[in-house]
Amino acid sequence: MSDILLKIEDLTVHYITDDGTVHAVNDLNLSLNKGETLGLVGETGAGKTTTALSIMGLVPNPPGKVINGEVEFEGEKLFEKSEAELRQVRGNKISMIFQDPMTSLNPIMTVRDQIAEVVLLHENLTAKEAKEKADEMLLKVGIRADRAKEFPHQFSGGMRQRVVIAIALACNPVLLIADEPTTALDVTIQAQVLELMKELKKEFNTAMVMITHDLGIVAEICDNVAIMYAGSVVEQAGKEELFTNPKHPYTIGLFNSIPDIDSDDSVLKPIKGLMPDPTNLPTGCPFHPRCDLAMPQCSEILPKRTEISENHYVKCLLFDGGG
Amino acid sequence: MHKYILRRLLMMVPVLIGVTFVIFTLTYITEGDPARMLAGIQAPEEQVEQLREQLGLNDPFAVQYFRYITNVARLDFGTSFATGRPVFDEIISRFPTTMHLTAMSIIIAVLIGVPLGILSATKQYSVFDGAATFVGLMGISIPNFWLSLMLILLFGVQLGWLPTSGFDTPSQWILPSFSIGISSAAIIMRMTRSSMLEVLRQDYIRTAKAKGQKGSVIIFRHALKNALIPVITIVGLEIGVLLGGAILTENIFSIAGIGRFMVDAIARRDYPVIQGGVLLLALTFSLVNLIVDVIYAYVDPRIRSQYK
Repeated sequence: MSDILLKIEDLTVHYITDDGTVHAVNDLNLSLNKGETLGLVGETGAGKTTTALSIMGLVPNPPGKVINGEVEFEGEKLFEKSEAELRQVRGNKISMIFQDPMTSLNPIMTVRDQIAEVVLLHENLTAKEAKEKADEMLLKVGIRADRAKEFPHQFSGGMRQRVVIAIALACNPVLLIADEPTTALDVTIQAQVLELMKELKKEFNTAMVMITHDLGIVAEICDNVAIMYAGSVVEQAGKEELFTNPKHPYTIGLFNSIPDIDSDDSVLKPIKGLMPDPTNLPTGCPFHPRCDLAMPQCSEILPKRTEISENHYVKCLLFDGGG
Repeated sequence: MHKYILRRLLMMVPVLIGVTFVIFTLTYITEGDPARMLAGIQAPEEQVEQLREQLGLNDPFAVQYFRYITNVARLDFGTSFATGRPVFDEIISRFPTTMHLTAMSIIIAVLIGVPLGILSATKQYSVFDGAATFVGLMGISIPNFWLSLMLILLFGVQLGWLPTSGFDTPSQWILPSFSIGISSAAIIMRMTRSSMLEVLRQDYIRTAKAKGQKGSVIIFRHALKNALIPVITIVGLEIGVLLGGAILTENIFSIAGIGRFMVDAIARRDYPVIQGGVLLLALTFSLVNLIVDVIYAYVDPRIRSQYK
């Protein structure tokens, strides 16, 4: 019914290092509709950022390498595009907000010039018009235009993230990838930045991939959620469905490990064990060593992605028709 | 910014007074009797003694030093024992040659070092990078007096392409400038390479890529300007090294600059010339440092905001 904007199929990305091959992303499947917000949730090292960089075509190579898979954006296969064609997409149709605002701005360029740069690249404007557009964007993210001539070090972390957001939205992208945009900020600023992103998303009607490990953020702004574990999406569903009816044992474990303000438990209920070493993933389902419901065949068979109800996908042998 | 420069210029005064004290003390305690050198080995003792009295060499240290700095404050650096002409005139007439040599060699060092460093960093681990690193290491390790001699042998004597002495025509500039400049080029190259490599890994480079910016623009607009900040410091320090290197090289290539004049002065115990020369080199180096700091502020807004 609604049209698909972004579709990732069987994406596999490895980092080839002297200490072994890091299996960062493994057979990842994901889809996103126009104007929709997808939360990509997972622990540190689950491959969230690598997935995002793959969409942008910015996986650092070497050591990173896309081994397999397809990223389809607006019906076009991104991996088949030339570098010059990809540059037309980056910052224009797909843009990205990075995790750490303290380091993601160039310290020796004024914020105005940094915003104007992306405008000049993708829009047919003169330098003067691009600067005006930059000031306009700064106003939109709540920074007075008279601060446009200042440099990043003159801004606080929250303000810098606003500048990064202004850069990302300057060319009115169809898709915005936000890689833990609030992780580096303190809590009150987090709320402001999230609120701002929500408003701008509505104003520009941008689809968004929100990468986070914070289920609270997901609850607040996402429409759909994809849970990542060891480089793969283990469960994807609508937000309501996933929060009320989680199926994958890992997702259930994640929800159980959130502390409950009303209960008297003195100990948290974490998922037992640790994330597997990405250079040496377990055979079969990568989650089986930590899974309470593991069956003998879980260590042998890699589960397939199964649609258990409309728009609810799980990658687990418990739900795999063949399992 | 103007206030900062003025403050820095004032701060140079105590530095230079310190320098005069050190040179004066060193020459004072150095073995050798300038009066004897001046009068000649065969001169009778009373004539030498008369000369000592005349030059003020019999006065106590403090008196001599005080007389020296009050004279220096009036730009009177004394007269050369050897030539009998004012030291100030002698040095000023030779200074442009030394500065010319230093400037040529730093220009060569920057023009070779910076581009090779950028290429090396952008093609890290390539054959070119390996070769540049190896040649760079050699450039740093080879002492420049030896390099001067080898260059003279090869280009002056064997091939006969270039003159091996003097510094008046452009063809005479080449060998001495390269002899001093090469090791600085190697140091600047290594610094540019490592600084570029570090900057290229920064998040803001990734941001620039995410904007859809071209690789070459990213390297020059985003990476190079940031990477040059530590390189500027090294270039400033290298100018000091090159001024020092010029002293040796001027002797090897028979160039009539301050360096050769000073080495002769040291051999003749010509104290006023040594003192004046060192003081002028110290002043030059302080000014170069100030210029480097001002350039620094121009490139890096974070430093500029501290200077207000």
